[in-house]
Amino acid sequence: MDPILLSRLQFALTTIYHWLFVPLTLGLGWFVAFMQTRYYQTKDETWHKMTKFWGKLFLINFAIGVVTGIVQEFQFGMNWSEYSRYVGDIFGAPLAIEALLAFFLESTFLGIWVFGEGKVPEKVHLASIWLVAIGSNFSALWILLANGWMQHPVGFVINEANHRAELVNFFALIGNPKGWLFFWHTISDGLLMASFMILAVSGYHIFRKQNLDFFKRCFTIASVVGLIASVLVFLGGHTMGQYMYETQPMKFASIEAHWETSKPAAFSILTIGDLTGKREVWSVRVPRVLSFLACNNFNCEVKGVNELQQEEVQKFGPGDYIPLMVVTYWAFRIMMTFGLMMIAMTAYFVWVSLRGDITKAKWMKWMPTMLILPYLANASGWILTEMGRQPWIVYGLLKVQDAVSPNLTTLDLLISLIGYTAIYGSLAVAMVKLMKKFAIAGPDAALHESVDVETESGGIGDILPIGAQD
Amino acid sequence: MSYEFLQTLWFILIAVLWIGFFFLEGFDFGVGMLLPFLGKKDTERRAIINTIGSVWDGNEVWLLTAGGATFAAFPNWYATMFSGFYLALFLLLIGLILRGISFEYRSKDANPVWRNRFDWMIAIGSFLPSLLLGTAFANLVRGVPINADMMYTGNLLTLLNPFGLIGGITMVSVFLLHGANFLTLKLDGELRERARELSKKLYYAAAAAVVLLAVTTYIFTDISTKIGINPGIMPIASVVVLLVTIYFINREMEGWAFVSTGLHIVLTQIAFFTLMFPRVMISSTNPEYSLTIYNASSSQYTLTVMSIIALIFVPIVLAYQGWTYYMFRKRITADKQTLIY
Repeated sequence: MDPILLSRLQFALTTIYHWLFVPLTLGLGWFVAFMQTRYYQTKDETWHKMTKFWGKLFLINFAIGVVTGIVQEFQFGMNWSEYSRYVGDIFGAPLAIEALLAFFLESTFLGIWVFGEGKVPEKVHLASIWLVAIGSNFSALWILLANGWMQHPVGFVINEANHRAELVNFFALIGNPKGWLFFWHTISDGLLMASFMILAVSGYHIFRKQNLDFFKRCFTIASVVGLIASVLVFLGGHTMGQYMYETQPMKFASIEAHWETSKPAAFSILTIGDLTGKREVWSVRVPRVLSFLACNNFNCEVKGVNELQQEEVQKFGPGDYIPLMVVTYWAFRIMMTFGLMMIAMTAYFVWVSLRGDITKAKWMKWMPTMLILPYLANASGWILTEMGRQPWIVYGLLKVQDAVSPNLTTLDLLISLIGYTAIYGSLAVAMVKLMKKFAIAGPDAALHESVDVETESGGIGDILPIGAQD
Repeated sequence: MSYEFLQTLWFILIAVLWIGFFFLEGFDFGVGMLLPFLGKKDTERRAIINTIGSVWDGNEVWLLTAGGATFAAFPNWYATMFSGFYLALFLLLIGLILRGISFEYRSKDANPVWRNRFDWMIAIGSFLPSLLLGTAFANLVRGVPINADMMYTGNLLTLLNPFGLIGGITMVSVFLLHGANFLTLKLDGELRERARELSKKLYYAAAAAVVLLAVTTYIFTDISTKIGINPGIMPIASVVVLLVTIYFINREMEGWAFVSTGLHIVLTQIAFFTLMFPRVMISSTNPEYSLTIYNASSSQYTLTVMSIIALIFVPIVLAYQGWTYYMFRKRITADKQTLIY
C-alpha cells in the first residue's frame, strides 16, 4: 500500500478522533467554571450539584482529549518528517508555545481542581477550574494559529541555502487572520457542543420527570448559551468563508462545486457530480447567493474550479490542484445544514423555556439523539478545511506528497494504523460506557464519590475475561 | 545574542526539560509500575495512585514541552529522531495513552475486574515508556545509523542492541527505586513500611544496573576519546549518589533517599547531555553525518523569539508547579474516609 496514503489515513483518523472530544472540553469547562462561581456566590446547593455532575462528565471526556493530544504533537515528526524540516522553523514555535503556556496551565490546575476540594482554600479551588478552562481554550488558539499558517502562510521567506521556509515576522504568524477566525469559530463551537451535551442529558431526565428543578435550570442555561454560540459559530463561519475566498479560492470553489467562473454566482443546493467528482452531471442552484457568501455583494464575480486550476498550473507548474470535491462539497453541506438546524433548535428551546413549561414537551424524548448534530458538524468542518487544502500541506508552499517521512515502510505504518485504531476504539467504548452511566445516574450519584471496593485486588491473571468475577 | 550562543542555550533548555521530565515523571512511572504489586487491596491502590494523582499530568507536560521545544528550536533533530524511532515512539505513545486514561477511569466503576484491568494498564503504561526512553537515550549516545540526508536508516530492531537494552533496563530499575522512595515519603502507616521494604530490595537491582551501564558506556560510546578515562565530576557523582542511597533507606531517612535517587537521575542526564554536546543525533554510519546544534537548528530569528518567550514563561510555570507540590505535601493513608476518588 502507498505509504503516503497510509500516513494521511492515520493523520485523518487520529485527528478526527481527537477532535470528537476537544470541543466538549473547550465548552464544558466554561460551564462548570460558571456553575462553581454561582455556587461560591450564592451557596445554593443546586449549583454545587451542577458543578459536580457536569464536572464528572467533563473529566471523563477531558482524559481522552489529553491522551490523544500527545499523539498529535508527536506525529508531525513521526509521519511528516520532511514537513517538519521544511517548516519547523515557523510551525514549531506555536506548538512549543502551546505546551509551555497552555498545557502546563490546564494540566497542573486540573490536578488541583480534582484533588484540591477541601484541601486548598475555596477561592483557589474556584480559580483552578477557571484556569483549566482558560488553559484549554488558550491551547486551541496556538494550534489554530499553527493550522492557520498551513492554510495561509505568512511572515516567512524561503531560505534557498537551507532548503526550507524561515520565520521573519513572528507578529504576522500570531496575527494571522486565518488563525483568529478559526479561533472565533472554534471557541463558539465548543460552547455550542457543550450546550448540546447539556441539552441532551437534561432532556433525557426531564422526559423521565427526574430531578426536574435541577435539569430545567440546566436546560434553560444551555438553550440561551447554545443560541448565542450557534449564531457566533455561523457569523464566524461566514467571515471565514469570505476570507477563504480571498486566500484559498480553490477551496472555496470546490466546497461549492462551482466549476465555471460566473458573475453573479449561484449557490448550489444540490449538485451531483460524476464518479471522478470533478464533473457536474446535474444541479439545483439559487442565483446570486454564492456571490453574497463570497463578498457580501449579490453581484460579484466568483472564480470557478476550472479557471483556478489553470491559474495554479501557471503559478506552480503542472499538476492537479483540485481537491476531492465530493468530500469538500458534502462535508460543507453537512456542517452548514446541521449548524443552521442548531440555531433554529436553540432559538425554539429558548422561546419554550421562557414562555411555557418545558417539562410537558413530548420532544424531550428525542433530545439525546440530537447529539449527532454537533459531533457530525465538528468532524465535517475539519474534513473540509483539511481536504480542501489538498494537494497542499502548506498552501502554495509544500505538497502533501513531499512532506511524508521517507524512511517509513508500509509495515511500520500498518502496525501503527491498526494499533491506534484498536486502542482508540477501546477507549471510545470505555468512555461512552462511563458517560452514559454518570449521565443517567443523575446529580445525586455524582455527589457521592465512587464507591470503594472492599476487596482484595486482582493479579495480572485476573485482567483477562476468562474467570472474571463479573 | 550570537547565533551560536542561542543554539547552545536551546540545547541546554531542552536538556533541562528532559531532566525535569525524568526527575518528576521518573517517580510517577515508578509508582505506576509498583501499583499492582504494592497495593493488595483497593483502598491501598487508591492511596498509591493519590500520591501522584494531582501531579502526574503536569509532570507529563515536561515531555510534551521537550518535544515542542525540539520541533521549534531544532527541526532537523525533531524530524530525524521522531521519524527514525517511529515504532519505539508509537509504543511509547500507546503506553502513555493507556496510563493516562487509566488514572482517570479506574475508579469510575466499582467492579473489581474493571479496576484491576486499569491498574495493570497503569503498570504496563508506565513500564513501556521507561524501557523505551532508556533504550532510546542509550542509542542516542551510542550512535544510530544516519545517512548524509539526515535520515535514519535502521529500524526498531537496530535499537534493541545490548547497550540499548542495558539503558532501558537501567531506566526501569532506577525509576522503580525512585518511585518506591517517593511512596515511602508520601504514604503513611503499614503501606509506607511495605514501600520501604520494597525500596531496600529494588536498590540492589538499580545499583547493579547503574554500574553495568557506567562500565558499558566505556565500551560502546566515544566517552573515552571525547571526555577521557576520568569522566569528570558529574558521572562519578551520579553513580556515587545512587550507591549511598541505601544508607538513607536503611536509616529510614526517606526524604534523603528520595533526594538522592532524584539527584542521581539529574546527574546522569547532565552526563548524557554533556557527552552528546554539541551533537544531538550521533551517526554511527559516519561521524560527519551527525546532527549537531549547528546543522539542526532553527534560524537565529526564531531562536531569539523563542528565547524571549521562554525567559518570561518558564519561571512562571516553575513557580505554580512547585506551589502544587507544596499544596499537596501531606502524607496519604489508605483510609477510605480521607481518600479522594
